[in-house]
Amino acid sequence: MKDISLGQYYPIKSPVHRLDPRTKMIAVILYIITLFLIPMLPNYINNGGTLHDYLIIAAVCYGLIFILLIVAILFSRVPILRVLKSIKGILFLLIFMSLISMFFYGGPISEGSWQWSWWNLNLSTESLINAGIMSLRLVLLILGPTILTLTTTPTDLTAGIESLMSPLKLIKFPVRIFALIMSLALSLIPGLMDETAKIINAQKSRGAHFDSRNLFKKAKAMMPILIPLFISAFKRADDLANAMDSRCFNSSKKRTKMKRLSFKARDLSLLLFVASLIGIIVYRGGLYMQSIMIGGIVLGGVAVVFMLFGIIESVVLKRTDG
Amino acid sequence: MEIIRFENVKFKYNAGHIDEVKAVDGISFSVKEGEFLALCGHNGSGKSTLAKLMNGLEVPSSGNVYIGGMDINEETKLTASEKVGQVMLAPLLMLGGELPRLNTKIKKNLFEIRKTVGVVFQNPDNQMVATIIEDDVAFGPENLGLKPKEIRQRVDWALESVGMLEYKEGAPFRLSGGQKQRIAIAGVLAIKPKVIVLDESTSMLDPSGRQEVLDVIKRLNKEEGMTVIMITHFMEEAAMCDRVIVLKEGKILLDGGREIFKETEKIREAGLELPIAARVAFRLKEKGMDIKDGIVEIGELVERL
Ligand SMILES: Nc1ncnc2c1ncn2[C@@H]1O[C@H](COP(=O)(O)OP(=O)(O)OP(=O)(O)O)[C@@H](O)[C@H]1O
Ligand SMILES: [Mg+2]
Repeated sequence: MKDISLGQYYPIKSPVHRLDPRTKMIAVILYIITLFLIPMLPNYINNGGTLHDYLIIAAVCYGLIFILLIVAILFSRVPILRVLKSIKGILFLLIFMSLISMFFYGGPISEGSWQWSWWNLNLSTESLINAGIMSLRLVLLILGPTILTLTTTPTDLTAGIESLMSPLKLIKFPVRIFALIMSLALSLIPGLMDETAKIINAQKSRGAHFDSRNLFKKAKAMMPILIPLFISAFKRADDLANAMDSRCFNSSKKRTKMKRLSFKARDLSLLLFVASLIGIIVYRGGLYMQSIMIGGIVLGGVAVVFMLFGIIESVVLKRTDG
Repeated sequence: MEIIRFENVKFKYNAGHIDEVKAVDGISFSVKEGEFLALCGHNGSGKSTLAKLMNGLEVPSSGNVYIGGMDINEETKLTASEKVGQVMLAPLLMLGGELPRLNTKIKKNLFEIRKTVGVVFQNPDNQMVATIIEDDVAFGPENLGLKPKEIRQRVDWALESVGMLEYKEGAPFRLSGGQKQRIAIAGVLAIKPKVIVLDESTSMLDPSGRQEVLDVIKRLNKEEGMTVIMITHFMEEAAMCDRVIVLKEGKILLDGGREIFKETEKIREAGLELPIAARVAFRLKEKGMDIKDGIVEIGELVERL
């Protein structure tokens, strides 16, 4: 139950916890975009680079990202092991991916590099470096959003998403309801997990066994879990709808919020910091990145526009509240 | 002043299907503002269904449920001039804090009805709408469109009332059953309804916790005049209410003050047990001891002995 990454909020007070969720979300989006902007080895060499240059670029880019990450973790006051725990979930994928990219490296291999091959499997300096960087990238890709979810309550997350999506109101997208559905789903997950555990225990105590190695048998054994689970999920949803109705929920009426998001100077400075870091990375990345850079700038621009909309909206709301 | 009125209410689940269940079968009663009422009955006697009928989650298959005092929506047998009078009176009544009589069958009344009658349901697990306790409690006031500051005050007050203020930033799913029930009660208290219906909402609390929550509810009843309807099958709990309604198979079997505990036969028939003091008194009397009728609380019994 504790491994559902979305419900992993780590309840302490820290500068990172205090940031506006929108700031954190935009920072994470920029962070992810940046990760994808750093060239991969085969592409870089195909574009006329050398292995030596690539290593320098990778060291600088990943180094900067790594520093950013470490700073974020330190300021969030979340124990580092707690952050790293999120990798456990993708460990299998990680190993699988790095093995594949290690043995089936498709890019060019320079003359002087070390090589080894057996049957269909080939190893080389390039393939090892590539595999290492792929794994590093995957780990970094997971860690960024992990810090976000560790330091932001799901409620704040949905509030942030709601605010960032508010321009969609212009095309009549029901942003409010969408955000509510999201937060309801989040609050239902732990309950359903509990329920699953209970059902499994109940079926086990009646002599069902789920430990069979035979995949077909295993699937068959899942049926007596899935059916009660579905029934209970529907019952839950029904009860929840009743409870919401009883507490004056009315989708057509205007709701207010207890917690108002507020974009402060510290949010702005953080975004500027992240943006400048990314600027350096993009600059260091060299020629190859120019094409992607435009895409990145467009995406970043969209994110900023969305954020501005959210800020303007909350300012306007504050005014009307008096 | 009357605040809830059931007029010959019948209710069927799955009406017209083979699995039709007659859950409520011709019930009439009314509740006055400020009353402290217990609703008792065996499992499946229709208690929860009554709770749902009270705030319009279900509407009667026949008969009517009214919330509030004066009726302005219902076609009644008034003369034209009386009707005009009532319609003109309604805004005045509202100004004075009085609620016009609202029929639960009319959709546009529902918001007002649910602001007036707050229902806390049986299973606290399925009532949580947010992942943080204080956000969950804030859900109701947010729906009312209150200002953030006022919502904050209400949330803190409601959590304080149920003794859960220190948990406000925690996650509901980590709580025990009893703690979840307290949060569910706080979620409804924060709406500040005129009537609070507790559907076995203290069943998972430990004795001291239950006493605490009941004390809060009693205090709200005494000091703020909140009408309380407590659904329970603990007759001890019923014994502390001003009025007890006993249900059996969707019908009212007994309705009255504490004198209803004299009807030992009927209470047995309803599948319930008398409060322990009443049982002891009854046995003692059978053995020939001189004890007056109508003892329901331990204190009285001790006094008597
Ligand atoms: N959603 C439903 N669909 C069909 N039948 C229902 C539904 N809810 C309740 N019933 C039936 O209606 C009758 C009254 O149920 P209700 O829940 O009101 O009883 P209750 O007095 O609250 O019982 P308990 O003490 O167990 O809470 C029961 O026979 C029950 O089986
Ligand atoms: Mg019930």
